[in-house]
Amino acid sequence: MSDSGFDRDRRSVSGCGLSGMMSLTGERVTGEAIRDSIAILHERSNGLGGGFAAYGMYPHRKDQFALHIMYYGAEAQGQAEAVLGEAFDVLHDERIPTRPNPGVVDPPDLMRYFVLPPAGKLEESGMSAEDYVLARVMRVNSEIPDAFVFSSGKNMGAFKAVGYAEDIADFFRLEEYEAYIWIAHGRFPTNTPGWWAGAHPFTLLDWAVVHNGEISSYGINKRYLEMFGYQCTMRTDTEVMAYLLDLLIRRHGLPVEVACDVLAAPFWEQIERMPEEKQRLYTMLRQVYGSALVNGPFAIIFARDGEMVGVNDRIKLRPLVAARKDKWLYISSEEAGIRGMCPEPDLVWAPRAGQPVIGRLGSDVVVGEPGVGETAGMGQEVPSG
Amino acid sequence: MGSSSPGREGIGRPGEGARASARPRRVPAYRRSAEFRWTHDAERCARCKRCVQQCGFKALSWEDGPVVDPDKCVGCHRCETFCPQEAIAVVPNVQHYRPHPLWGQAHRQNVYLQAETGGVLLTGMGNDLPYPILWDHLLLDACQVTNPSIDPLREPMELRSYLGRIPDKVEVKMKDGRPEPATEMGPVLQVETPIIFAAMSYGSISLNAQKAIAMAAAECGTLWNTGEGGLHEELKPYADRAFVQCASGRFGVHADYLNAGAAIEIKIGQGAKPGIGGHLPGEKVSAAVSETRMIPVGSDALSPAPQHDIYSIEDLKQLIFALKEATNYEKPVSVKIAAVHNVAAIASGIVRAGADMVYLDGFRGGTGAAPTIIRDHLGIPIEIAIAVVDQQLREEGIRNRASIVAAGGIRSSADAAKAIALGADAVAVGTAALLALGCTLCQKCYTGKCSWGITTQDPRLTRRLDPYVGSKRVANLVRGWSAELEEILGAMGVNAVESLRGSRERLRAVGLDKTTLEILGVKPAGVGA
Ligand code: SF4
Ligand code: SF4
Repeated sequence: MSDSGFDRDRRSVSGCGLSGMMSLTGERVTGEAIRDSIAILHERSNGLGGGFAAYGMYPHRKDQFALHIMYYGAEAQGQAEAVLGEAFDVLHDERIPTRPNPGVVDPPDLMRYFVLPPAGKLEESGMSAEDYVLARVMRVNSEIPDAFVFSSGKNMGAFKAVGYAEDIADFFRLEEYEAYIWIAHGRFPTNTPGWWAGAHPFTLLDWAVVHNGEISSYGINKRYLEMFGYQCTMRTDTEVMAYLLDLLIRRHGLPVEVACDVLAAPFWEQIERMPEEKQRLYTMLRQVYGSALVNGPFAIIFARDGEMVGVNDRIKLRPLVAARKDKWLYISSEEAGIRGMCPEPDLVWAPRAGQPVIGRLGSDVVVGEPGVGETAGMGQEVPSG
Repeated sequence: MGSSSPGREGIGRPGEGARASARPRRVPAYRRSAEFRWTHDAERCARCKRCVQQCGFKALSWEDGPVVDPDKCVGCHRCETFCPQEAIAVVPNVQHYRPHPLWGQAHRQNVYLQAETGGVLLTGMGNDLPYPILWDHLLLDACQVTNPSIDPLREPMELRSYLGRIPDKVEVKMKDGRPEPATEMGPVLQVETPIIFAAMSYGSISLNAQKAIAMAAAECGTLWNTGEGGLHEELKPYADRAFVQCASGRFGVHADYLNAGAAIEIKIGQGAKPGIGGHLPGEKVSAAVSETRMIPVGSDALSPAPQHDIYSIEDLKQLIFALKEATNYEKPVSVKIAAVHNVAAIASGIVRAGADMVYLDGFRGGTGAAPTIIRDHLGIPIEIAIAVVDQQLREEGIRNRASIVAAGGIRSSADAAKAIALGADAVAVGTAALLALGCTLCQKCYTGKCSWGITTQDPRLTRRLDPYVGSKRVANLVRGWSAELEEILGAMGVNAVESLRGSRERLRAVGLDKTTLEILGVKPAGVGA
């Protein structure tokens, strides 16, 4: 194993800057606006990691799984490609285009593959296409030390590196891609040397998560996920967040709003004030998903095809601001970050603790928008102690 | 004795003087020393006779001044506490035999005693041998800089917990655009703090003591446990916060009893005496005890070592479901076992047999009466038992199916926090509650003469314990520990106890060997995140 920095033995703890933007009508724009936003949040990162995810970026291959893989050395690439060749029909492969940037040093080899699970093998496995892909991705990531799949969804892609986010945008030539959701992350790790694979976003199939915070309940969240077969190999808080979302939304079928209320659960005092039926649901959620409550400071933005969500912890220990302009939704760590993407928003607001902000493709109503988006009724005031 | 004498010692020697405070001792042909030295300062004594009245063990009598029978003094300190003149001091009677590292004083004394009686030595309370205490090798984490701590005085802190079977997931269906649960939740117990009371039967403890604990449980929104002695009429108002126990003797078990409680507990074993049944001596079976237990007055209440209808896990399953049938599946069922070497596999079997809770009692747990040799040498530490059971249930994917209650040597809120971090859903306290009622840990509970009115049925003694005053003291204890748990959570930067539960990442160990660390699932201090 090389000392390439795939340090999986220590848990990464970080403070960070986040930004996200979404066109509710699916209008695609280049990565320049999100780059400008995260550049404004420069002070929130320390050059040890940053990244982006974009949705709707591969319209010509939108039904194929796009795998972005980084390699340290030809041997890892050979091993990983053997796994891919065995498991998939590889329809196209190419180097991910980059341009040299003095702020991004020692890049690994970066490859992109468009693949589909062969119908026969898929049937044999008895899995859904998503689970089939996920199992192979997990296998590459856990068994081949110097190969790392950092993006594996359809019609979306993640880009990440060690460096400042704005330099990383330049390095990956994000101005050449168009997408209707962009999310970005600038990282301030406090206890790990930056390493490429550990940068955000963290992705799982078409999910991408960027996260600011340190999960104080990491220990139990991780052990809880292990019961469902998730191995937290990356030892980052963000990985835990992504797996929890995957478990709650994809595997347990909870609506996104409800899943957010598991991560940032309302207080008992708030639950007691809810109408009876709702009280029953929320009591049950806390009873069943106590180990999935993410305690401690966090703000996250996560996205999947057609949806972008921002939410923070139950007592709002990390900042998160949202804004609307025409058919666009913006979320960022700071209002300054929003103005970097959108100089004159129509409406800017600070979502309450635990109140998710959700933009959905084709819907003009943003969940959590003041006055409009009062939904299933999450995110109430935090009771005083 | 002259007025310059600092006091007179209770180990009487014949002919020591007319007003010797000790009755001359029968000089034995063989050596055995009194355990305590009762000393009395005749100068200070106001001759009020209170000490003589207070002694539950009848060690003191009045002969123109208090006189001690040194063989009867158990060192409970009741007389010393109540002496208005501070004229009494009771100190351990240290033997200055030639020291021997192998044959310590306790071993020699026990041999002497058994040479006299030929019997099994009995004792009360928990194991008093200096085995390593793993709690004292575990330290809790706190936040600094990268994640903020939370101030429990300004922010809400949640200790509310649920005990019982919890489904693995919530299925949600949408109704009129609103999410609704499609999952049904079985009976679960809500407690406002993860500290409940351990089983202590009426019979082993007095009605006043049990009432004090039951009232405290109601006041604190937590649970108490009838133990195996049935439910006394006067405690029925508190039954909705009680585990009603069904042990091998089946004392006082009938349909109304089972339906009266909040939950049912099948007692297989007890940490202080794994593999051993219960023994309530006939002296403690008063009329009221006899009524509640449904046995004749004055008869020994013997609980057999095993439950005679449980010789295998299938039998346990039948009993669990028989009890559930009898209570219309409205009461969660707990199974209490002593922590023994194979505890993880046993607990897993219990969960698979349908129990909603597993109550683990570590080898340091208390007892009203047990053979000393059993109490002191059988079982394993609760710290280990929690760790292996929690891990086993997780590996089998059945952790949600049952709650883990841990007991047997929980001395403080810190022990409770560590137990919860190792994986317990709640801790149960017995000894600590009795200490709050005045117990001084003299370990003579089996004699039925407790001077504090706790482990006795003698009305002269039990009336000393005012259940109302007692309940306030016990409730204060629970409140104090709960407030401390909140402080601990806040320092760790979490505001709900479920974020500590099973979070072994927040524990670090000092001075434990590698294997023990692996079993506990805890890293040594110095290893960061
Ligand atoms: S209680 Fe104290 S003052 Fe009263 S008789 Fe006993 S030793 Fe004397
Ligand atoms: S309960 Fe009474 S007899 Fe038992 S140890 Fe405590 S003081 Fe002694």
